[in-house]
Amino acid sequence: MILANTESNSSLKSHNTRFNPYDDNGGSIVAIGGDDFVVIASDTRLSTGFSIYSRNQSKLFKLSKKSILGSSGCWCDTLTLTRLLNARMQMYLHEHNKEMNTPALAQMLSTMLYYKRFFPYYVSNILAGIESDGSGWIYSYDPIGNVEKCKFRAGGSSGVLLQPLLDNQIMLSNLQNIDEQPLSLEKAIKIIQDVFTSAAERDIYTGDEIRIMSITADCFKEEKIQMRKD
Amino acid sequence: MSILEYNGGAVVAMKGKNCVAIASDKRFGIQAQTLSVNFEKVFEISPHLYVGLPGLATDTQTVYQRLKFRQNLYELKEGRSMSPKAFCAMLANMLYEKRFGPYFVEPVVAALDKNNEPFIVAMDLLGCMTTPDDFVVNGTCSRQLYGMCEVLWEPNLEPDDLFETISQALVNACDRDAVSGWGAVVYIIEKDKVTIKHVKTRMD
Amino acid sequence: MLSTTKKLENTGFSFDNCLRNRFLEKNGFISPKGKKTGTTIAGVIFKDGVVLGSDTRATDDTIVADKNCEKIHYLNKNMYCCGAGTAADTFQVTSMVSSNLELHRLNSGRPVPVIVACRMLKQMLFRYQGYVGAALILGGVDNTGSHLYCIYPHGSSDRLPYTTMGSGSLAAMAVFESKWKPDLSENEAKELVKDAIAAGIFNDLGSGSNVDICVIRKDSVEYIRPYECLNEKGIKRGNYKYKKGSTALLQSHTIALHLEEEIIQTINDGSSMDTS
Repeated sequence: MILANTESNSSLKSHNTRFNPYDDNGGSIVAIGGDDFVVIASDTRLSTGFSIYSRNQSKLFKLSKKSILGSSGCWCDTLTLTRLLNARMQMYLHEHNKEMNTPALAQMLSTMLYYKRFFPYYVSNILAGIESDGSGWIYSYDPIGNVEKCKFRAGGSSGVLLQPLLDNQIMLSNLQNIDEQPLSLEKAIKIIQDVFTSAAERDIYTGDEIRIMSITADCFKEEKIQMRKD
Repeated sequence: MSILEYNGGAVVAMKGKNCVAIASDKRFGIQAQTLSVNFEKVFEISPHLYVGLPGLATDTQTVYQRLKFRQNLYELKEGRSMSPKAFCAMLANMLYEKRFGPYFVEPVVAALDKNNEPFIVAMDLLGCMTTPDDFVVNGTCSRQLYGMCEVLWEPNLEPDDLFETISQALVNACDRDAVSGWGAVVYIIEKDKVTIKHVKTRMD
Repeated sequence: MLSTTKKLENTGFSFDNCLRNRFLEKNGFISPKGKKTGTTIAGVIFKDGVVLGSDTRATDDTIVADKNCEKIHYLNKNMYCCGAGTAADTFQVTSMVSSNLELHRLNSGRPVPVIVACRMLKQMLFRYQGYVGAALILGGVDNTGSHLYCIYPHGSSDRLPYTTMGSGSLAAMAVFESKWKPDLSENEAKELVKDAIAAGIFNDLGSGSNVDICVIRKDSVEYIRPYECLNEKGIKRGNYKYKKGSTALLQSHTIALHLEEEIIQTINDGSSMDTS
């Protein structure tokens, strides 16, 4: 009798649903920073629920010569956020007559996210950039502007799948008797490609194509690699 | 929060060349609080047949005891040991019997069959079997384990290599999950021996 | 001993844990749902029989739980059944009905009419008011010709010349609606079903991997698995084999197994076999 009552109550409550302004459009981002390079990659699938919007939408935004932003989650928020970012960077350029450097950009992004603390941009951002000493660093964000500076990060829909592998392969965690060698750009790209291959196998929101962007002291490179499309 | 995450824990099994491995963490906790670091979730059913039961700890133990009871009855009645296939069918039917009031466990079975061929099975809590050619995972950090195993696993691993691969997959996956870890145990099952290895892990 | 064996013979669902699980749920511990097969399944009738098709992906929320699962289930010599919905339900429902159909065949001594299977399935599903979450496509050939049925989880059914089900059903039906015509040849039917399933695989995220196809003719069945591999895993570029001794050990011990030879004795003393 009591059980029946609680059920009718809970079913009444469940009718009280509000309009939800957010959508999860999926997609994954992986970034690795080395001593003299930084590399960031995303898949190109944009989806909602069980359907695909686009198979050809890179989630990477080249913000300056030294920094690239990867942004996944609610795609409309990503677009608005990056438009605003570009505008603020342009204002900075005109005011100071120089391009914004990576730490400044990282700080600004954090502030912009926290500015919308109570109606956040529903995105997971990963900023990859070269710093003044030439080394590559990754800044990863939560939706409301908490920022962490690190050497590698996986984010988006398959971030959970990929992060432990990066821990193991790049930080060499839980490994003993290993001779540690500095990470090369080639090896970093190889790892990125392999983790995306594995993400495409198991995460339904990751697939179609990988876009890899890398920055070194003297060049910027972009690469495309095909993945499974189911 | 899902009740499957109440106590935490993870199990993974992998096929190798003429061998099979099954591994689990050793944590027992109540939500975020760790109570014990010696709670194994993998049980020996027969010399070549092991079952891992991650999920709600009370059901881990209940399901194991009921499995053992039914296995004993089978062996008394039939006068022969249970094949991995028969064991899995029994387990699946036991879980499906409780379709509308399930046990909160997601079993993983690893065995060598009578021809010493590797045999792995994973089930959901309703007893739906999956039998892939490579590896199976279940538990609170199954997503992390999928990511690890998809990259690390390769066909025809020798027992020693299989041990390194499965332990690295489990340990690194557990490090990215708050409710599993605190020690790990790996069983390598071969034709003529079973090796039980306790792996050193982070304890935080 | 007698009481325990008797207890094991109890059939049907057990509701022992329901009270406990209800209590847990009331305290905010959500009961997890079983593995779903976000699926594309399809079937068409052609000139001399039926073609059934399915994808091979099983999902657990947004994760692929099985990349190559079997969704076309055996029911009897002359009929098969594709399943979508809760994976455990589709498997158990089809295997239980399969047993009953075989008993029916042995009792009646003739191929079981497809409509019998349809009736058994829908009665079973209706009994559970949709809580047994199986959406099925049943196809088969009997003495009265080729039949294709679509059975919904609540126990209703349709009899159709071509049909699709599962999360990819719209994608697959779009292909059928544009290309289907009456009296297809076997090859045309196979290709049509393949195209329909492929549409589901590529456009529905709940479906994926390969196409399985089952052709049922008047006197033969051809189960082709896989019919076509549409998605291969990418090739690994790095080497991820660890050096021996990479993992730190706390302790290790080995149990040596001395398996004695297994001897199988055939007992034949004339008395009837104990089947209790």
